[in-house]
Amino acid sequence: MSNSLIDIVNITKQYGHIKALRNISLSINKSDFVTIFGANGAGKSTLLKLISLQSRQTSGEINLSGVPYKKLGNAFKRRLGVISHQPFLYENLTAYENLLFYASLYDVKSPKKVVDDLLKRVDLFKRKDDLIRTYSRGMLQRASIIRSLVHNPDIILLDEPYTGLDTVASKVLTSLLKDQLSDSKTIVMVTHDIQVGLELSSKIVIMKKGEVAFNENISAIDKSNFENIYISQVTDKD
Amino acid sequence: MINYFKAVYAILKKDLMVEFRTKESINSMAVFGLLTVTVFSFILEPSSDSKVEVAGGIFWIAIIFSGLLGLGKSMLNEVNGGNFEAILLAPIDPTAIFFGKFLANMVSMILLEIIILPIFSVFYSINILSHPLMLLILFLTTYAFSLLGTLFSVISVKSRSREAMLPLLLLPILIPVILAAILSTNIFVAGGDIVGSYNWIKILSVFNIIFTAVIFVIFPSVVEE
Repeated sequence: MSNSLIDIVNITKQYGHIKALRNISLSINKSDFVTIFGANGAGKSTLLKLISLQSRQTSGEINLSGVPYKKLGNAFKRRLGVISHQPFLYENLTAYENLLFYASLYDVKSPKKVVDDLLKRVDLFKRKDDLIRTYSRGMLQRASIIRSLVHNPDIILLDEPYTGLDTVASKVLTSLLKDQLSDSKTIVMVTHDIQVGLELSSKIVIMKKGEVAFNENISAIDKSNFENIYISQVTDKD
Repeated sequence: MINYFKAVYAILKKDLMVEFRTKESINSMAVFGLLTVTVFSFILEPSSDSKVEVAGGIFWIAIIFSGLLGLGKSMLNEVNGGNFEAILLAPIDPTAIFFGKFLANMVSMILLEIIILPIFSVFYSINILSHPLMLLILFLTTYAFSLLGTLFSVISVKSRSREAMLPLLLLPILIPVILAAILSTNIFVAGGDIVGSYNWIKILSVFNIIFTAVIFVIFPSVVEE
């Protein structure tokens, strides 16, 4: 019996006559950290949108523990946390108000305690009553990360979370992801940052023109040569 | 799935918090509404009988066009920062999001009417609320405008020409509501037979019931990419 948590089976996504994804099949196991690389336009973010139910595939199926997504709906959404390059925060609310709002949407028990703990964890507790629009990019990203964790999801999807982060904020994000990984969370990340991807992942996927061009466990990859592998995969051979 | 009404309340509370903090929508709506009422009052002579005939039209034009400004701004808060995407990711019924936003828009519209009504009464020497039934007409028209306004502001917000798109989509479908509101208001302003307003009240009520039901059915598809 397969122990995969998320099964993506022959997924195609078409926008008009443009095929963003072409017959993608991928298995993600529980506690996997999968990093998806690829050039711009390769279909990485589209794939994440399908996994997070933000978009619907043209054909194919996505299953969670063998159950088709369409039968799960809100039960799946409750297990899912999404971190995007967009903050997903209201700039005219404070960090505290934002987090309590999202906690209420997920019906989090003892929301104030959960929010306080998360704010302390990313060193934002002292600024919790400041409006989000007064936050720096790094603070915004930290607030955005804990927003996605407020309901303690066991599947976390990250769409280019390192975009625009300074070194300190990147380190905080990496440390938070390691914490999540040690809690046996399943993580799927889209990024262009090869170093981070190699450091955290248990599986690497490279996408090219809407297809999976490379899919290996990290143990089977020569990390010192990965940049060459990546370039050879995303470069047109013809 | 969390309690439907809890989700509606969470969205409503959040929208009102943002609005009361920034006052972005209500300020622009109130200024535009007051300007409209004032400018039209200069056109009409103070003692003119025709004032009574056009009062309903001027009042509702001021309210509806000001309301359009507020609707656009309220949805922009959702698009900035990808917030609408984030609330769609939550395990709640999409119609709960709709009705939370609809109620917040309705509160803004009621506040606008509270601001405009006394000024309108002073400039035109007309008491719009001369009969309790007029409160019902105000409520039904505000409901219809907020209901369809919220729907079309969600539909148009991703369009590059959203400022033009929202009135283009909304106003044609609101024509029966606008007509019913103006003609029934004129009956009360002119001191006519209130029985004449009953049919307009029925039209407004049926319109609201039908479109509330339609939104329950179509909104999940509207927000799906």
